[in-house]
Amino acid sequence: MSYLTLKNAVPAPIKEVPTQEYETFKATIKELLEQECRLSSLFAAPIELDKRIFAVMTNDKNSEIYVFATKHNQTFESLTPEIPQAHWFEREIAETHNIKITNHPWLKPIRFQPKLGEKNFPTAGDTDYFKVNGEEIHEVGVGPIHAGVIEPGHFRFQCYGEKVLHLEIELGYQHRGIERVLPQILHQKRIKMIETASGDTTIGHTTAYALNIEGLANAPISTNDALVRSIALELERMANHTGDLGAMAGDIGFMPTSSYCGRIRGDILNTTGMICGNRFGRGLVKPASSGYRIDAELNKKILDKLDLIEADVKSAIDLIWQTPSVNARFDDTGSVSRENAVAIGLVGPAARAAGVAIDIRMTHPFDAFKELEPIVPVGKKGDVGMRAQVRWHELQNSFKLVRDMLAKLNDNEAQSEIDRNICDKLAPDMISVALTEGWRGEICHTTITDSAGKIKIYKIVDPSFHNWFGLALALRDQEISDFPLCNKSFNLSYCGHDL
Amino acid sequence: MNASSIIFIFVSLLAGPILPGLINKTKALFGGRQGPRVLQLYYDIFKLARKTPTYSETASALTRIAPVVIALSSITALTLVPSFFNDSVIHFTGDIILMAYLLGLGRFFMVTAALDRGSAFEGMGASREVLYSALAEPSFFAGLLIMIYETNSLELSEIFSKLSLNFWQENPAILFLILCSWFVILLVENARIPIDDPNTHLELTMIHEVMILDYSAKDLALIEYASALKLWIYSALIVGMLINGEIITNMALQIAIFTLGMAIVAFVIGTIESITARIKLVFIPKFIVGSGALAIIALILKVAGN
Repeated sequence: MSYLTLKNAVPAPIKEVPTQEYETFKATIKELLEQECRLSSLFAAPIELDKRIFAVMTNDKNSEIYVFATKHNQTFESLTPEIPQAHWFEREIAETHNIKITNHPWLKPIRFQPKLGEKNFPTAGDTDYFKVNGEEIHEVGVGPIHAGVIEPGHFRFQCYGEKVLHLEIELGYQHRGIERVLPQILHQKRIKMIETASGDTTIGHTTAYALNIEGLANAPISTNDALVRSIALELERMANHTGDLGAMAGDIGFMPTSSYCGRIRGDILNTTGMICGNRFGRGLVKPASSGYRIDAELNKKILDKLDLIEADVKSAIDLIWQTPSVNARFDDTGSVSRENAVAIGLVGPAARAAGVAIDIRMTHPFDAFKELEPIVPVGKKGDVGMRAQVRWHELQNSFKLVRDMLAKLNDNEAQSEIDRNICDKLAPDMISVALTEGWRGEICHTTITDSAGKIKIYKIVDPSFHNWFGLALALRDQEISDFPLCNKSFNLSYCGHDL
Repeated sequence: MNASSIIFIFVSLLAGPILPGLINKTKALFGGRQGPRVLQLYYDIFKLARKTPTYSETASALTRIAPVVIALSSITALTLVPSFFNDSVIHFTGDIILMAYLLGLGRFFMVTAALDRGSAFEGMGASREVLYSALAEPSFFAGLLIMIYETNSLELSEIFSKLSLNFWQENPAILFLILCSWFVILLVENARIPIDDPNTHLELTMIHEVMILDYSAKDLALIEYASALKLWIYSALIVGMLINGEIITNMALQIAIFTLGMAIVAFVIGTIESITARIKLVFIPKFIVGSGALAIIALILKVAGN
């Protein structure tokens, strides 16, 4: 068993990544999984560059990241039958690189991208679906147009009466080819693209990108800059958790909470807006420095605003836990067992609700979290109620974190320089893996540079990529009418998955 | 049949769409919003009535006929319900049963038309609607049976005029039980929270709304109007059962009290919608059957009391 050991966003030479025979490769993954490591990323390098498949595994106990690879020669025997976490990744590899994956239990496109070397896009959603036969079985297809006109995705339910036997989720309608173009475009444009990889996780994704570039260019950032982007990351978490808890209340027709959360989410977004002028934090995070800082005056303003927001959030969301009808609706709906959560590699609040204590801020600390440790709430049942509670505890903890970070800002520190040409200084032939904890969970960006110090491969894994299958599992043996609520409790990203 | 009954029927037909407006206003009040106008449903109905409907390719003639039948059955049922403490326009022995099944006829057409389009969503809605209304029927009649037993009449107008305040004062338990069970029926039949959420956009959780997803324009206007009348009918039954209008001799006072009663019903519905969440779908049958149990207990109390 050999692998290259990395730390979060600390690069190492690519030639140190061991290339193993298929059997050893598979055995290594299995052994690491047994030690409770997770498969954070599994990707193939573009064929013209490198005929290898890379595995990135994270160890949550000692903050280590393991990278190793195997050769594929255009065919690859599927790992999925023994390693369910590889399921989605292998479908992605087969589709993107035209690699023949043999023995995969359910091989079909996930993004409906053009075949390698072709330009024509296949029709999204045009594929085979899992079928259940029987006289009283009925099939319900929802979407791709969402009833609330958010993002498109197709959901196909196999039902027996109201009971869902199986839900199949087919995405890909939002595929833009981000990973394909990222290595080819300039740094400034690349940032814009990563900001919108998943629009509601702008800070999470740009922080991961910045961490990678800073590591590769050996340009450590100032304490203040790290604090500012960690504050923004927490604000992003707060805004989304608040909005989603409100939306969950809305789904079950519970007005007292849903009437207020949308507005409060707006207030939190406005706080981000006070820092950089954009409510979603576009332009706030750039490698080295973005030039945005929080001075004493703004610091005071944000603190005052946080007090108001915290009071509002408390009064609106506490009602959820105080109302029996809401608890009755949330509890035991859409459970994912700890066993299943571990097996499919669930991340973020969904995993924590099921009892898996993983949080990159704690296990692989970055930026301000190297000094400030978050409280990581862990649930048991993995149901909607637990997911709501986990998110509520995180939301409350984020207020404290933001205040602590604001207190740590040092007004006397010199303004750091904005480096527009940072991407010209990247170390050649290196690999770097950056992990951040977005509000949905672990975000994993892997960067490999070529001999000229240009980015050769850029691989993004949004938490949604791990978690969509978790939603499908949550619906097993549930009522079909519980789907919208379960869906909202995960609130996964369509475009973050489709990229 | 007297002149005032006929006038009141027209008043009811006109005033029907106010109730949903009042409910929405109450909800807005709780939510700290201004909310839509009380008369919003009128604007909606007029807007829809001016438009040309579109039909699904799989729809047969049933889909086109259904809205008319649904609206007519609600209107006809309304003529059998006493309003403003006056006898209903048409009244005869057994009219209450005709009223209940006129609404049933409307439901039958709503459900078969939903199945007609062959959509998976509408089929689910239809199956839910039929299950819940089948469960609600016994509790409605159990409550009615008590009143029939007390007044010895099968005529709705007579039942309501004979139900005296004394009876309720002597049997507050029966009053409370019937009131609870009939209110649940009102919520079930009119697709209100905690059974159904009229404001949701999530097809998978809908009951009533999902059956009319394919309707548009004039047809939708008819269905919206029929639904408002249905809410009016059930509210009028509850007000009529509670208050004996015969002892109020002044007609102006009768009108005022009846109007206030209806507004209170709307306010109570709005309040329930503002402070509770929906019940999980699997528990709704238990909830409805529970309301039936209350009515049966009331019936036992009544029979044992004699």
